[in-house]
Amino acid sequence: VKFGSGVLLLSTHRLIWRDQKNHECCIAVPLSQIVFIEEQAAGIGKSAKIVVHLHPASSNKEPGPFQSSKYSYIKLSFKEHGQIEFYRRLSEEITQRRWESMPTGQAMQVKKDTQTGRIRAVGIVGIERKLEEKRKETDKNISEAFEDLSKLMEKAKEMVELSKSIANKIKEKQGDITEDETIRFKSYLLSMGIANPVTRETYGSGTQYHMQLAKQLAGMLQTPLEERGGIMSLTEVYCLVNRARGLELLSPEDLVNACKMLESLKLPIRLRIFDSGVMVIELQSHNEEEMVASALETVSEKGSLTADEFAKLVGMSVLLAKERLLLAEKMGHLCRDDSVEGLRFYPNLFLTQS
Amino acid sequence: QAKYKERGTVLAEDQLAQMSKQLDMFKTNLEEFASKHKQEIRKNPEFRVQFQDMCATIGVDPLASGKGFWSEMLGVGDFYYELGVQIIEVCLALKHRNGGLITLEELHQQVLKGRGKFAQDVSQDDLLRAIKKLKVLGNGFGIIPVGGTYLIQSVPAELNMDHTVVLQLAEKKGFVTISEIKSSLKWETERAKQVLEHLLKEGMAWLDEQAPEEPQYWLPALFTELYSQEITPEEAKEAIP
Repeated sequence: VKFGSGVLLLSTHRLIWRDQKNHECCIAVPLSQIVFIEEQAAGIGKSAKIVVHLHPASSNKEPGPFQSSKYSYIKLSFKEHGQIEFYRRLSEEITQRRWESMPTGQAMQVKKDTQTGRIRAVGIVGIERKLEEKRKETDKNISEAFEDLSKLMEKAKEMVELSKSIANKIKEKQGDITEDETIRFKSYLLSMGIANPVTRETYGSGTQYHMQLAKQLAGMLQTPLEERGGIMSLTEVYCLVNRARGLELLSPEDLVNACKMLESLKLPIRLRIFDSGVMVIELQSHNEEEMVASALETVSEKGSLTADEFAKLVGMSVLLAKERLLLAEKMGHLCRDDSVEGLRFYPNLFLTQS
Repeated sequence: QAKYKERGTVLAEDQLAQMSKQLDMFKTNLEEFASKHKQEIRKNPEFRVQFQDMCATIGVDPLASGKGFWSEMLGVGDFYYELGVQIIEVCLALKHRNGGLITLEELHQQVLKGRGKFAQDVSQDDLLRAIKKLKVLGNGFGIIPVGGTYLIQSVPAELNMDHTVVLQLAEKKGFVTISEIKSSLKWETERAKQVLEHLLKEGMAWLDEQAPEEPQYWLPALFTELYSQEITPEEAKEAIP
């Protein structure tokens, strides 16, 4: 039996399938009929599936597409995605069995069919045994993985303890540990993913790796920055760089730590943090304060502008447009009109007209 | 006293050497673990959760750096960092619709759509972990618990406790009124008004003045009709140049 493409819905009482094209076509299975569910992972040419094993139909079964079937299970094929989440939710509902405690909206009789439970078709027993074996096997794999993971974590914990001890010593004896050794220590912390308790102003929380990264970024971002008026938000940079890399991506922290070193390494780009917390990368040659002057001209021409309008006019992202207008306001060139219709900026006539 | 000081320094150097050796050993252990269980982490979201929780318990952040052992050998890094990129793009594309607030469910749906049919499945837990990492980029990423789920903020708008509580109140029906706020939270009118006006200004709430009894403040982030809407090409362009 094949039902083509549709939407699968899960309620506390039923599993419902509705045809995507013909909305009238809708079939449902009460959750109480489910014996067991199992996952089938996706493969080449195959989509991920959930197999739902059912009790034999009770005599008072609602009319449906088939009165009976030689199969005791149905297969749900997830052609696109959502299998993992759906499996989790379905498992939860089956475990919780909320349909037993909650009344249904309609006058539908949900009889507790204890009789049906005993009279089982042979097929189901055989299937259940196989599933039980498979479950034990999977459990064994998972528990082996957890065991190995626990052992690994024990070792990692030792490393954390050791690093704390070293960090304490460094703190107590500032100046007695060489710069070289501090650098080595920081790179060990980086490899393990242990937070750096030592803050030396010279390098911040950066390491050799971040220094190299900073230099790479300076090279990589030169052209994109020029194309975007000399300024980009850090999230833009994150996406640009990682899309370009494809593999061995940068973590957000890697990016921030590298950018913090740009200034001290005297590279042609720099990190700037606005009052709002927004972080941007600018070309050294970029002068945001000068851009403010041209922003003032633009706003004056139009009388007044919101960040959205300004962004569209100039061809900037709304985020950066807003920061520029806020900066102009901070410098006294613009005034704000803050109403429920939005934040609008006007030239500051208090300043220009005496 | 000088001798005492000297001894202290030597001990630290010793420990550093010891750490270097242990690090090499750990790397080998991790390689072994990876060869046996890398696939499990890739395919099993529950295992990922367990893994992350255990790391957190001992004080290790496997996602701190792409250069960390965990990321390099288990491949967890690339998975989450790429997810971060996809989350940023979806939020940017939809920002003009919802003011920078989106439910975890809708974000999940849109990210899955963007990843395509053959990509590895991601869970909501995966999204939350990726978002927590994105906070450091300064773009205002935040996670707000509402009802049984979360609203994800992706703009640097300031949302304090008052705003959050009103969002939670609005989550039930998708909208909220001043009277509801006053009766549920026992606030004065002025306080309720201020909060709602802030949400309006940020584009996170829309005002329906034609509602029967009194004006209703709706959260586009909670409009269920929007769930099935595709991201238009114009919106996608706005996302990342």
